[in-house]
Amino acid sequence: MSPELINMILWSTLDTLTMVALAGIFGTLAGLPLGIFLATSRAGELFPAPNVNRIVGLVVNATRSTPFIILVVAIVPLTRLIAGTSIGTSAAVVPLTIAATPFIARVIEGAIREVDQGLVEAARAFGASPLQIVWKVLLPEAMPAVTLALTLATVSLIGYSAMVGAVGGGGLGDLGIRYGYQRFMPEVMATVVAVLICLVQGVQSLGDFISRRLDKRTRHS
Amino acid sequence: MPILDPQDPGQQGRAIISFDGVSKIFPSRNDSAEVKAVDNIDLVVPEGAIVGVIGKSGAGKSTLIRLINGLEQPTHGKVTVDGLDIGSLDEKALRQARRSIGMIFQHFNLLSSRTAFDNIALPLEIAGTPRKAIPGIVEPLLDMVGLADKRDRYPAELSGGQKQRVGIARALATKPKVLLSDEATSALDPETTAQIIALLKQINADLNLTILFITHEMSVVKKLAQRVAVMEGGQIIEQGTTYEIFSKPTHATTKRFVGEVTGGNVPEWLQAKLLADYAPGRQAVIRIAFTGADADEPVLSRLTRAYGVDFNIMHGQIEYVADHPFGTLIASVAADPELQAKLIADLTATRNTVEHLGYVA
Repeated sequence: MSPELINMILWSTLDTLTMVALAGIFGTLAGLPLGIFLATSRAGELFPAPNVNRIVGLVVNATRSTPFIILVVAIVPLTRLIAGTSIGTSAAVVPLTIAATPFIARVIEGAIREVDQGLVEAARAFGASPLQIVWKVLLPEAMPAVTLALTLATVSLIGYSAMVGAVGGGGLGDLGIRYGYQRFMPEVMATVVAVLICLVQGVQSLGDFISRRLDKRTRHS
Repeated sequence: MPILDPQDPGQQGRAIISFDGVSKIFPSRNDSAEVKAVDNIDLVVPEGAIVGVIGKSGAGKSTLIRLINGLEQPTHGKVTVDGLDIGSLDEKALRQARRSIGMIFQHFNLLSSRTAFDNIALPLEIAGTPRKAIPGIVEPLLDMVGLADKRDRYPAELSGGQKQRVGIARALATKPKVLLSDEATSALDPETTAQIIALLKQINADLNLTILFITHEMSVVKKLAQRVAVMEGGQIIEQGTTYEIFSKPTHATTKRFVGEVTGGNVPEWLQAKLLADYAPGRQAVIRIAFTGADADEPVLSRLTRAYGVDFNIMHGQIEYVADHPFGTLIASVAADPELQAKLIADLTATRNTVEHLGYVA
């Protein structure tokens, strides 16, 4: 493999990492409050707003059920508005964030719903406000599960980021399609796949490690 | 409101918790009918007392205890804690009031992500106690519940009894006037239960802290309560001092609960042999409850001499309730109905509670 190719693979990897990181951060910033809201706003919960909960739930489901490649194309005007362009790495962050947000919201909702309701009752019994219950009880207790959920979201984002390559998004997917597929360079395709596998493996291991460190529910030796 | 008895040790002091005609009705949902979880209850808890509420699951005791700290709001009536009408408070005032009402739980409800120290500190953080002042409150509490060496342990590293000790320390962190206990010993083994009961009694004595606990176990009532209320179907069917309830239970449910620990319940093998009618050659089976001063009197040998009859003891137990001896004996005696009536009259005259259960062949 020529030095230029190796250089390209390195740059593409960096592009992919940038896209995933930015979309992950923005997606978490939007998805975390959304997830907390979804987990606490049904009737009888901490912030009861069952109708808003239902509407937000519908929007989240609709976004999640739209195939990613269609979402990318459908929101091109929005992408242009935000990123100034609809091609390239920075443009790809917009659809990636929009796809990641509802996903992250749902997995965080699940993580929070798994917290024992007895803890919420105990916190209420000693005079905690709903906000205090979220910050002092629900989030810390859900943290191991939230970490795993964000790991899952990051792995999905790596997959999605390869897909934006198909519409000129840059990154490893883009490289794989243009060189590996269109120019028929199997060694480039193989390298791209190998790098993606390593990324996913690395992210998953890191997430598992952090989650285990945060989880105090089992005895440590 | 029931009249307070000045002679009664459990009733000294002013009322700190009172229920005034309180009902809690859960509206019908989907296909289930509405539920009267608490039905027109009057109850007074004197300051510094330990009061037990016993009932089977579904009797309404969980709802009753949650009405005290406003986790449930009454449909009718008024719940007063230390002069505050709990139902009239807004959210903010209610949160403030809850800081003076501690609560412990059957499943401890400790945060798995926090150490023993940090769990006890949580109510203080929530109450806005300055960070620097927290160790000065938490450390003595850890000492008091005997867990100073477990300060930095997570709940997963503690035994059930230790977790409940953390729960108790956490409930006391904000210096409450009342401690509510929701089946706090029901998930513990008998030995640990005894330790937790001893700790609660000690806290009650040292801090003059009023304790109201709910349980389905009469053995816990026997060891812990000064006064007891028996609940069934959302109502209090009987209440009094623990000794009164044990020595003279009137309601069938109360009798069953009392029988669990006093041996007053007829054992199954005997139940199977009991016959309803007298026939020559059959022996009468009677149950005698010895209470108070009579508990140490040699009743059976006196009757044997006086009437020339022999008793065959089939089942018996002596318990101490509120430091009084309390015995139950089931015995059979060869006596025709006439003699039997005399025996029962004699026993009743000496203030024992006698019951004729049937006959055995």
